[in-house]
Amino acid sequence: MKNILEYLEKSAQQYFTKVAFTDENHEMTYGSCVECSKKIGTALLELKAKRKPIAVLMDKNVESLTGFFGVVYSGNFYVVIDCYMPKDRIEKIFETLEPIALISDYAHQELALSLHHKVYFYEDLMTTKINQVALDQVRNQMIDTDPLYALFTSGSTGVPKGAVVSHRNVINYASWYKDTFDINEETQFGSQTPFYFSMSVSDVFSTIISGATLHILPKKLFSFPIKLIEYMNEKKVNTIYWVPSALCIIANLKVLDYLALEYVNKVLFAGEVMPTKQLNYWIKKIPDAMYANLFGPTETTDICTYYIVDREFKDDEVLPIGKACNNCDVFLLDENNQEVTDHSEGELCVRGSFLALGYYNNEEKTKEAFMQNPLNQAYPEIIYRTGDLVKYNEFDELIYITRKDFQIKHMGYRIELGEIEAAVNALEKIQACAVIFDEGKDKIVLIYTGKMNDQEIMEGIKNKIPSYMYPNVIIKKKIMPYNQNGKIDRKWLKNHYED
Amino acid sequence: MEELLDILKGLKPGVDFENEKNLIDDRILDSLDVMNLTVELNDEFDIEITPLDILPENFQSIEAMYALITRLQED
Repeated sequence: MKNILEYLEKSAQQYFTKVAFTDENHEMTYGSCVECSKKIGTALLELKAKRKPIAVLMDKNVESLTGFFGVVYSGNFYVVIDCYMPKDRIEKIFETLEPIALISDYAHQELALSLHHKVYFYEDLMTTKINQVALDQVRNQMIDTDPLYALFTSGSTGVPKGAVVSHRNVINYASWYKDTFDINEETQFGSQTPFYFSMSVSDVFSTIISGATLHILPKKLFSFPIKLIEYMNEKKVNTIYWVPSALCIIANLKVLDYLALEYVNKVLFAGEVMPTKQLNYWIKKIPDAMYANLFGPTETTDICTYYIVDREFKDDEVLPIGKACNNCDVFLLDENNQEVTDHSEGELCVRGSFLALGYYNNEEKTKEAFMQNPLNQAYPEIIYRTGDLVKYNEFDELIYITRKDFQIKHMGYRIELGEIEAAVNALEKIQACAVIFDEGKDKIVLIYTGKMNDQEIMEGIKNKIPSYMYPNVIIKKKIMPYNQNGKIDRKWLKNHYED
Repeated sequence: MEELLDILKGLKPGVDFENEKNLIDDRILDSLDVMNLTVELNDEFDIEITPLDILPENFQSIEAMYALITRLQED
């Protein structure tokens, strides 16, 4: 199969009346998902465009998913826009993207009309009569390297970059995900991550290729964890793939001491480093579940390496990021573009079918990150440089060290800020921490939340890291700033830690 | 109440906590805020807010939070 819609249609044939997606208001069967998507696809045919971007501005609900598939039915690719994103950031994205149309709903009418001259409203699209002949014609012209979606991530210069991901990427990636974690028709996903974040690609597409069911967990329930657990039990959620900060809410508030997650047997996570202490809480509460640490950027569809937890970790030990996924190859390059073959560190590079096509309308950034494999002079072969420094441990598992741009030079030493964070995170009373480097003042700055003072922290870490890595400034905060993807906002901290 | 107001202002500067009555419904406080706030209140007021107390109605306004703290202090 070469098109993601073939997988959706196959599941719809097999499980026509089975619920594919739910949210707090609605549920949608595989059959009606295909029908609604085809209506949208048919309506969009009047644009007479192929392989062009169409933006979707809707809340995270079951209808928005048919919006995405509808765009694909029309022969174009979709771009998810977060309804709560600041308007000027949306406009910046649109400057690069130049979407040919925008799909929205009546709830976001005002914003949608202020953003684009060609807006389709979901409610209107549902009155379209499906034109199967025309949809078939479009499908016959599509190939597996055609774009499926573009996903915008923040760029260091402040201009967002849109990674363009193809059908082939997602088919290869989601097949690996399905096989590795045994996603099947019994799987009930509890979806936490937003649709404009690459992790949701795993949930959504492994669901449709295996005939599983995906339950969109209402965002507000994460504020009221008991209600969240009740909701997940009611939906019989058995598989979750969350960002660590969401897993930490449950662990830090010891929610599972009060109410058990009755069905969960797979706990997968990615997006940032999962603190071992909080992971151990989950393992203690649900000892028989499978736990896996996934690692990768949007540019490799979502993930390129993974580690299924197969041994015990102490609170101060770091989880490996494991080994490469099937049909995906990773290797390490040093500063001179030579392959690292021993246990020293290098930049993680990826080759294979998970690699995105590049950044939309941004040749310069594409060339910086997607380049000819320096180890291969014989034929064209593109690799992606992740910008992440990693090394192999004694078990031949990859260990994440830090972002290449987080590695600093301080008093002549090369220091990984992530190593200091790991030492601080292991202290019992620390809730969250971030270490940044103020180049101007040549100071290592630790920012943390938790019931500890700076003396207790220094006492706790002094035997774990060398003295040249000790923080020079320690700031206790009542709240840690997080960005829209739920990661600690280090960029903001760097500019505001002195406030 | 004064102490609580200070904590809230420290957590989320720029919010009109004296008059805002729908902190949760209006998405002024998100899930990580509620978690951080819970830990902070436990610490400052020497109480134990359990997950069973973490309900929207206990966090919508400063008055609701104050009532929760008072109740837990009396327990």
